Amino acid sequence: MAVGRQPARPVSEVKLLARPTWTRGLLSWLTTVDHKRLGILYILASFFFMGLASIEAFLIRLQLTRPGLSIVSPDVYNQLFTMHGVTMVFLAIMPLGIGFANYFMPLMIGARDLAFPRLNAFGFWVYFLGAILLYTSFFFGGAPDVGWFAYSPLTSLSNNPGTGTDYYMVGLFIGGIGTLVTGMNFIVTIINMRAPGMTLMRMPVFVWMILVTAFLIVFAFPPLTIALFQVIMDRSFGTLFYEPAGGGMAILWQHLFWIFGHPEVYIIVLPAFGAISEIIPTFSRKPLFGYPIVILSGIFIGFMGFAVWTHHMFTTGLGPVVNTAFALTTFVIGVPTGLKVFNWMATIWGGRVQFTTAMLFAISFLVTFTIGGITGIMLAMPPFDALVQDSYFVVAHFHYAMGGGALLSFLAATYYWFPKMTGKMLSETLGKWVFWLVAGGFYLIFFPQHFNGLAGMPRRIQTYPEGLGFEFWNVISTIGTFVMAVGILLLLYSVILAFARGEPAGNDPWDGRTLEWSISSPPPYYNFDEMPVVNDRDAFWAQKYPESVHAKPVEEEFEEHGIHIPGQSWYPVIMAGALFIGGYALIYNNWWLGILMFAVIVIGSYGWAFEGIGGHHIHPEEKEA
Amino acid sequence: MSQAAVEHAPEHYRSTSLPDPKLMMWIFLASDCMFFGTLIGTYLVYKNRSLEGPFPVDVLDIPITTVSSFVLLMSSFLMVLALHALRTDNIPRFRLWTFGVAFFGSVFLGFQVFEFSTFVKEGLTLQQNLFGTTFFTLTGTHGIHVTIGVLWMLSILITSYVRPMSSKDALYLEVAGLYWHFVDIVWIVIFTVIYLVEFV
Amino acid sequence: MVRWIFRVAALFGLSAALSSCVFQGSDGPQSVLHPAGPVAQEQIDLFLWTYYLSWIVVVAVGGVLIYSALRFRRRPGDDSIPPQVHGNTTLEIAWTAIPVLLVIAVAIPTVRTLWRTEAFAEPKEQDIVVNVTGHQWWWRFEYPELGIVTANELHVPVGRRVILNMTSADVLHSFWPMKLAGKRDLIPNQNNQLWFIADESGVYLGQCAELCLGAHAYMRFRVIAEEEADFEIWKGKFQDLQVQQVQADPLIEQGRLLFTQKGCATCHTIDGYAEDYSIGKPNFPDLTNFGLRLTVPAGWADNTPENLAAWLRDPQEIKPGNRMPTLWAESDPNREEEIDALVAYLLSLGRDDQQQAQASVQHLGVGGNHGSR
Repeated sequence: MAVGRQPARPVSEVKLLARPTWTRGLLSWLTTVDHKRLGILYILASFFFMGLASIEAFLIRLQLTRPGLSIVSPDVYNQLFTMHGVTMVFLAIMPLGIGFANYFMPLMIGARDLAFPRLNAFGFWVYFLGAILLYTSFFFGGAPDVGWFAYSPLTSLSNNPGTGTDYYMVGLFIGGIGTLVTGMNFIVTIINMRAPGMTLMRMPVFVWMILVTAFLIVFAFPPLTIALFQVIMDRSFGTLFYEPAGGGMAILWQHLFWIFGHPEVYIIVLPAFGAISEIIPTFSRKPLFGYPIVILSGIFIGFMGFAVWTHHMFTTGLGPVVNTAFALTTFVIGVPTGLKVFNWMATIWGGRVQFTTAMLFAISFLVTFTIGGITGIMLAMPPFDALVQDSYFVVAHFHYAMGGGALLSFLAATYYWFPKMTGKMLSETLGKWVFWLVAGGFYLIFFPQHFNGLAGMPRRIQTYPEGLGFEFWNVISTIGTFVMAVGILLLLYSVILAFARGEPAGNDPWDGRTLEWSISSPPPYYNFDEMPVVNDRDAFWAQKYPESVHAKPVEEEFEEHGIHIPGQSWYPVIMAGALFIGGYALIYNNWWLGILMFAVIVIGSYGWAFEGIGGHHIHPEEKEA
Repeated sequence: MSQAAVEHAPEHYRSTSLPDPKLMMWIFLASDCMFFGTLIGTYLVYKNRSLEGPFPVDVLDIPITTVSSFVLLMSSFLMVLALHALRTDNIPRFRLWTFGVAFFGSVFLGFQVFEFSTFVKEGLTLQQNLFGTTFFTLTGTHGIHVTIGVLWMLSILITSYVRPMSSKDALYLEVAGLYWHFVDIVWIVIFTVIYLVEFV
Repeated sequence: MVRWIFRVAALFGLSAALSSCVFQGSDGPQSVLHPAGPVAQEQIDLFLWTYYLSWIVVVAVGGVLIYSALRFRRRPGDDSIPPQVHGNTTLEIAWTAIPVLLVIAVAIPTVRTLWRTEAFAEPKEQDIVVNVTGHQWWWRFEYPELGIVTANELHVPVGRRVILNMTSADVLHSFWPMKLAGKRDLIPNQNNQLWFIADESGVYLGQCAELCLGAHAYMRFRVIAEEEADFEIWKGKFQDLQVQQVQADPLIEQGRLLFTQKGCATCHTIDGYAEDYSIGKPNFPDLTNFGLRLTVPAGWADNTPENLAAWLRDPQEIKPGNRMPTLWAESDPNREEEIDALVAYLLSLGRDDQQQAQASVQHLGVGGNHGSR
């Protein structure tokens, strides 16, 4: 076998279910394995859950507007902030990054799909149904109320007899499986499916950041999954992992959770960095400044992400030695992050900067993330952390880092890639309004929370007495919520407007630099007519403006054998559905249902394995026929 | 548009020479390392923290577990032989060794069932103390891995009777082999951490 | 170019000034910016040092960003392609050095402060040692060397080091006396230490900072720092405890009987620190010398007869989620009368007379919930 040539997988005759072939309608979306359709599903689901989380946030803000309000009871309040956090982290922002990656990573590396298309579909459905499972808790006895990091022993059966905690554990457990397999799929795809000439150091930074993110997923999710599993065991089978009465250590949960939790921050933020690294060069008409440095910084940040977890636990009494060590490792992360910001600024310098909505969001991201990074360094100082840990200063900090860092840049990405995904332009006039309302609202909400944190307002309190000095900034913060809400609604309106009568986008509305802009908008289901050949970084730019770069010709030889279109399949959605229903069996300890679903999974795996990847080939010359 | 089925599948362009399934398995195993790492970590954290007995020294039986560990190690050896046989198109041998792997794996599982039931008789249950909790989850998770491996090997064996197999299919056995060897290596770690260390 | 630099500098100077005003403004009773002891002082000094450093960073980054974005904006009709610059090694090295230097400038004082404030404190003779137990949703303070148990209000002498050994009886809590020291978590099966010194007498607010469900928001406490003489008086009240005798005042006497009749005594003790401390009682707030308390319940409202009566009347109304039972049905004809008697009795505990107690409250400068010093 020559390097770069691999046999297609063998086809099997054994079939439990006929292979679905719908190309339109609901069933075609249920059985799709196309990375673009799944990307759209991810993005839509993310925005849907983000909407739910926003409603929760809105209620939280209303409750805190004035001291002593009782718009919601403490119990409901606990459920609201728990679900807001869980939703934003696990169900909204992280899948949004995965969604953009699903859609654009294969296009950027010139691939026809992900390496394992059915696994990709499985990943989506598992995430989506896990999220739905989590949300059904609102109808069955109350949502989880233990905070998004669900500290033990608050989650033990004796302290929390309701089913809310079970929904948290099982929902995230199931959703985590989806994320995990998607992460693995991304790694194989990026390593193996790059177009000829697309060497690692020619890959777009977005793809690089997705690669780092995927590795973080692969290594960070297992500790979380096991920790969730341990609590499920405690609650369903009476084990003693986190039962203080049996000698269990509450602190172990925190270690396991944050070994996952800190990399999770980068799982959320690195795709955002990647998107920014595409948007800023495009609208500056310059290549990214210091490409290798930006990539190495990203890798370094991802690597260090595993070495800083106890900075979430400075106040748990680990002692000065541990606190010193983890303070220092955390400071170290400041260096590559600073480097990235400098390189993005240097990309703008000397360019031809276009203030599109996407670029405005990107620039606001730079400022916001810088502020979030600085408060991050402050919180990395254990003595100061002891003063403001679990106060609104921390709330402000992580909303700047994750909300400002990830959300603003994903909004930039939405404006940037929407024309490619739909073939329609979003209104730039409305876009400016959206930007100022969303970014302005964001600053109104969260900047005052720094002051409230310093004024001594703890997070997760349902109300506060008068006279502590929290009143003024809480009012401002709530007003900000309204401003931001108007911005988000305007964005929705803008999207509807674009579908109704948006200008056609054409292939390349922004004079883009990467391969996705070389094909039509929206892209054809087979992506590329011919396998693209890459001879430089910013491959499409090099094709368009060869005189401005020094592209080297590709030496690699390859032969086109037609485009393989993988077949649709029922199994991903069946397996995900079985996990979903099995989740309820686990929550309500209904073992017969559990065994039934287990059987479905076993049979499904065989069906899946013997169905094979299937599909058919189309040939470039026949496509138009 | 012609829709030729992938009967005579042409080779696909790939940027490395590492086949997708093999790469996938390596990444899965890397991830699985973290799964087992977390479980072993939990075991170590809770070592000697049980409030009441039975304690490890009361129940662990080194000679029996040594035998079962040896059986599991030998299954890995058979795995190598099976892969070699398939690569050289020696199908009868391939079937024999594949069956051997599944059989030895089952023997190991039998030992584990015996061990678990003995422990339960001696009063060590999942709910008894932290040792029971961590021991059964860790070794149980490993046992589930072995079970999946046994089922996988049997599936490959049955497949070889359903449709002809040749050295072209060696990749799939190789991937299963990677998994099997990994599960074996994990057992060596578990055996050391739970059993041997207790009696040092 | 120079004009631009001035503009940007002016803009950020303005916002820096603005933010400093806000700082001065945030002078609430829980503000960490105005500490009352050396531990919190060192912690906040560290913050202020980074705070000023970070203004330099924000002004520099924001200034250069806005300047370059505006300076290099694309003019209408300009379709030219700028030079495709890929990087510059000298620059990269230079601006790697900047964050490295900044991080070092932050790291050195951090480590120094950390070891000064967090290193294990070996108790010395003049130190006050207190065992703190967190409960859902109140605090138990035990002075093992002085033989005192109390709840929710920690009395300490000014100028002496207070060493807290902390654990939790149920879920996680976090003890956050923000004016005196940073917080430390209370964790079951684990002992954590925190120490602080109060520089001046006063009542300092504090609050649980780790989600503990239910009445978490209402789980507050006070640290009452007193001059040595006042502390001795307070201590004396516990060490020479005289309770349980028949009271002269008929109202108080009725309250004394009600305390047993209504079942208060099942959970709450008023007998101070005793050898035969009945099992179960440590799980409920100790009410010894309750009349000396400034607040009810758990630091939420002033300990006035009205507030205490309201609390007894409907505990869930005052502190949703707590475990205090409602002792009287709404239809109970004796409710108000019995509450009055019980309030009178409880407030008499530890007080020589009403006036003196009021005076001591005034002396400590408590008014409303404003517990600032």
